[in-house]
Amino acid sequence: MREMLEVKALSVRLGQKQILEDLSFSVGEGEWLMIAGPNGAGKSTAVRAMTRGVDYKGTVLFQGQDIRRKKSVELARCIGVLAQSNPVSYSFSVEEVVSLGRYSHAPGLFPFFRRGTAEQKPDAPEASQNSDRDMVEYALELTGMTRQRGQSVLTLSGGELQRTFLAQALAQDPRLLVLDEPTNHLDLLYQKQVFELIGEWLKTPGRAVISVTHDLSLAKAYGTGVLLLDHGRKAALGKAEEVLTPQVLERVYRMDVYGWMRKMLSQWAEET
Amino acid sequence: MRVHKERFSAPEYLLFTAVTFGIFCFCVCTGSVSIPLKDTLSLIRDAVCGVIGSWIDHTESVLPEGTTASILLAVRLPRVLCTALTGAALSLAGAAMQGLLKNPLADGSTLGVSSGAALGAVCAIAFGITFPALPFAGTMVTAVLFAFLSLLLILGLAYRLDHSLSTDTIILIGVVFSMFVSSLMSIVITFAADRVQHITFWTMGSLQGKGYPDVLVLLGALVFFGGVIFLHSRELNAFAMGEENAGHIGVNVRRVRLVLLIAVSGLIGVCVSVGGTIGFVGLVTPHMLRMLTGPNHRRLLPASLFGGACFLMLADLAARTLLNPRELNVGIVTSLAGAVVFILIFYRARRRG
Repeated sequence: MREMLEVKALSVRLGQKQILEDLSFSVGEGEWLMIAGPNGAGKSTAVRAMTRGVDYKGTVLFQGQDIRRKKSVELARCIGVLAQSNPVSYSFSVEEVVSLGRYSHAPGLFPFFRRGTAEQKPDAPEASQNSDRDMVEYALELTGMTRQRGQSVLTLSGGELQRTFLAQALAQDPRLLVLDEPTNHLDLLYQKQVFELIGEWLKTPGRAVISVTHDLSLAKAYGTGVLLLDHGRKAALGKAEEVLTPQVLERVYRMDVYGWMRKMLSQWAEET
Repeated sequence: MRVHKERFSAPEYLLFTAVTFGIFCFCVCTGSVSIPLKDTLSLIRDAVCGVIGSWIDHTESVLPEGTTASILLAVRLPRVLCTALTGAALSLAGAAMQGLLKNPLADGSTLGVSSGAALGAVCAIAFGITFPALPFAGTMVTAVLFAFLSLLLILGLAYRLDHSLSTDTIILIGVVFSMFVSSLMSIVITFAADRVQHITFWTMGSLQGKGYPDVLVLLGALVFFGGVIFLHSRELNAFAMGEENAGHIGVNVRRVRLVLLIAVSGLIGVCVSVGGTIGFVGLVTPHMLRMLTGPNHRRLLPASLFGGACFLMLADLAARTLLNPRELNVGIVTSLAGAVVFILIFYRARRRG
């Protein structure tokens, strides 16, 4: 199995506060890594470091190449990101937002100069209008936003907005999809739909997913691996069934997670 | 829901050009002395033919003579040209800034960048700052430089206080900065009253008595800095959807932001050094046009270019004809209109939450 992303000794410091310390993990092709942990554990910061959104120490390798050496557009062709929230203030249409996901595949200002470098790279953009259109259609369809394509993003519900930006990240056609709480604003039905469509997307060879989530049952159901963070350090890493054990969860969350979940479920069971 | 196309079509561009040209002709013909359109056009044609002919024959240029001709060619034509170019430049700068900062209230005048540029120009004149290589451009270069430094200072402060750059933060910092810079400017003008124009020129702007050299300078700035902004319309769209998101889809956020800030400072600095601070042009026109064209900068930028020219030409016409024979500063007219639009935008943004 090919390694897609390798993170080695990642440390992030913001001001006086050490947010992440000595974090190492890797994600292979076809894998879906779930990052979980209590609030303030450094989950979102880890995501931002993977996309150079924050200064960090250590190395992050994408398919063996240091992401710091990559140009912004090259990195965007490798890694697509769905941020936790995307506040909007102008009335762009859904389609305009999704189409902008093709930015990194556009020939750019000086296509003549770009061409030379593009031929040497395996992830070269096939800059044709057709493939741009097709990718946008595909992304709109996959996220179920085709019908709202002409609608202004200012009039969308939180869930529709989230799906619009997910469609943008999918239109980017990345190898690795990084999702920061993708089901944050979604009701139960869409949570299920989004996780299933990402599972579908992942089936194509050469792809991988990392997602931050608070929902441990979703992490267990869909993740191939789980990384538990606590106070900026790795608390546990491995297969879902190895990591999400009562002992580990009690240590990280400082409460009886299994007992609590069982109690919640039993309340449902009593009513039916 | 209306769906906008990605770009304007050729007929739409023709329409813009026709409207702008119509307003241009109207403004050239109207004034304390009205000149019929037919005479105006024939005079302009004669003058253009004369100048081109003299270039070809290497002789002294023969220009039309007479009172009408001198009013039109020496006074009114360069003034209206300057007005159109200033309006286009300011409006383009405003549209770019609103996209870059994802804030519909961002503009040279609301952020205090124009005041910064005016301080630069006043200092250059008062202290006689010139550059050896560019003897005539001392004022302009200083104004551009001060505009850029003001932008850096304002945005640096704003980012530090509030990373999401909310409207309140930007406006508050802009207002305080403008007031601070205006007081500095008053101090400088007090000490160098014999050299520097009256303070109302710098705070309210005026395009009275502008000549062809100013037209050339404005045109150069508009082509160069405006061109840079036009080449970045996709990136501006990305910024208008959110800076973090722009980074995710592959925009080199730091570099593009710096380039655009320089271009915006260039436009504002040159405009201020020519015509003083003419407020709210960059706020009013892009806002009005966004309702027509949608926020996509591939449509908004060209529309702002034409719209800004039309708006300022009409404002300047009002400034010089409403209280005839007295003349108002054009900034007074634009600020009257601008303040109303500002309140409207603020009110809407607030209601949306």
